[in-house]
Amino acid sequence: MTPPDSAVSVRDLRKTYGSVDALHDVSFDIARGETFALLGPNGAGKSTTIEILEGYRDRTGGAAEVLGVDPGRGGTDWKARLGIVLQSTGESGSATVREQLTHFAGFYPNPRNVDEVIEAVGLQEKQKTLIRKLSGGQRRRIDVALGIIGNPELLFLDEPTTGFDPEARRQFWQLILALKDEGTTILLTTHYLDEAARLSDRAGIIAGGSLIEVGAIDEIGGAEARTPVVRWIEDGVARSERTTEPSRLVAELVDRHGGAEVPQLEVVRPSLEDVYLELVERFDSSARDAASLHAAALDTTPNGGVR
Amino acid sequence: MIATTVRLGVSRIGNEVRSYFRQGDSVFFTFLFPLLMLTIFSTAFSAQSFGTDDNGDSLSAASYYLPGMLAAGLLLSGVQNLAIDIAVERGDGTLKRLAGTPLPVVSYFIGKLGQVLVTGAAQAVLLLVVARVVFGVDLPTTAAAWSTFAWVFLLGVTTSAVLGIALSRIPRTGKSATAVIIPITLVLQFISGVYLAFTDLPTWLQNVASVFPLKWMAQGMRSVFLPSGFERLEQGEVWNLGGVALVTGLWLVVGLVICRVTFRWIRKDG
Ligand SMILES: Nc1ncnc2c1ncn2[C@@H]1O[C@H](COP(=O)(O)OP(=O)(O)OP(=O)(O)O)[C@@H](O)[C@H]1O
Ligand SMILES: [Mg+2]
Repeated sequence: MTPPDSAVSVRDLRKTYGSVDALHDVSFDIARGETFALLGPNGAGKSTTIEILEGYRDRTGGAAEVLGVDPGRGGTDWKARLGIVLQSTGESGSATVREQLTHFAGFYPNPRNVDEVIEAVGLQEKQKTLIRKLSGGQRRRIDVALGIIGNPELLFLDEPTTGFDPEARRQFWQLILALKDEGTTILLTTHYLDEAARLSDRAGIIAGGSLIEVGAIDEIGGAEARTPVVRWIEDGVARSERTTEPSRLVAELVDRHGGAEVPQLEVVRPSLEDVYLELVERFDSSARDAASLHAAALDTTPNGGVR
Repeated sequence: MIATTVRLGVSRIGNEVRSYFRQGDSVFFTFLFPLLMLTIFSTAFSAQSFGTDDNGDSLSAASYYLPGMLAAGLLLSGVQNLAIDIAVERGDGTLKRLAGTPLPVVSYFIGKLGQVLVTGAAQAVLLLVVARVVFGVDLPTTAAAWSTFAWVFLLGVTTSAVLGIALSRIPRTGKSATAVIIPITLVLQFISGVYLAFTDLPTWLQNVASVFPLKWMAQGMRSVFLPSGFERLEQGEVWNLGGVALVTGLWLVVGLVICRVTFRWIRKDG
């Protein structure tokens, strides 16, 4: 079932929490050495997916393989090959930064150098400070540091940069790109689409518990969604037009204005964020249509007993 | 494999002991609490006699309460400390974090047992030193008495630690842990002859207390520190060290079974 070069392989994954249907029919693969971003709105099912793969939650159905092992049955040898940064943590933090990292490094057969990790997350100044005395963003950097201290083959990052200042985020990107160069496979979720675009090779977009799109970062959503948009103001009205030939359109506009400046002219290539928003909006409206169809069907139920 | 488990267990002990002493509430409510109670009782009842030994010398309040406070220390360092500590660790994500690392569960347990052993021993030494130096309690001088102390302490502290791990499943959240666990340990202390003389309790309550290990640990400690002749105040008028070993040992086994069956790093899907 699993292609030999894939680090993660998921087929028809399903998860229900009581009556809540949190995930259905999710299938994707992550190749070794690849960075894969799982994107989607709040409550879409990203953490559910990632925590099933980390072995924290049991799946309701489907198949999953992580580094060749069913994550529901992974032992300590398997965990030694993973790095995990959870979405939320909140320990009492009564160890110092250095103590905590040194202690955790001891769990792994082939850990990274503690000093290098402290430096990579920018906590040199704070290494002798108790973790509970750190700021929120600094504590988040500890989470990242603990995720990479074991020198993992596969790194899970669930919204790793929440609370990072812009500089820390750039520094984090450098760190991830360096890990990538070393061949680390990475599964990332984030709400910062620029971050996903910068770091990942491929992305999956998940909404309402199902995977609505998977593809390479610069292809996702299809050619249509990536067509550049030209915007300008004409006769006091904002205008915009999608075109695969923006230069020609601009030339025409310039002609029309007799060589004068075209007001507010801009050519915009849709970013990953634009593509994402459009895909999710399309999903939401089709979900709304389905719901209103369903409601209409209920309305016409004989005797109208339901409402 | 076993070597790794033990090595990591030892590294956990260092980590656990350090974090124990960095948490103000555990230091106060488990570590110093018996010392505080010993000080209060010894001062409040300093004029009172607690019976006379075979030579006719009367027993001071400090001498009378010392064994009970040592037993209370075992209960607090083990049951109360670990049941709350682990419930809080389950609630705040510490266990979830550890569950994602290759740390074996057994190493985690070794860390907790080691923490209780180290802090419980330090607590006992502190109690003995203060009792001797501040309150002038005569400590036993025979090797036999100290070897009884050693096995009662070791068996008691281990049983108490294991029961603490077992009880850590009961609080549903980390925040409720203190409110759930402290009443249990407090009631046990009152009915087991720690604060109130055991023989003053009604027989039915003595029987209830005899089901639980604290009564036996306290009795074992009294056999070490009270002068001969005081065994006549016990149930059956003997120290009954066999009973101490039997009941405490049974609770150790029960606790181990419960831990083995119920301990999980996290409540899946919780
Ligand atoms: N332990 C749980 N019990 C019941 N329902 C849950 C549980 N965990 C998640 N859910 C539900 O499953 C759905 C998916 O949640 P999940 O945490 O996977 O979302 P997410 O994509 O990670 O969102 P976010 O971006 O907010 O982190 C949500 O509707 C959520 O309410
Ligand atoms: Mg999430």
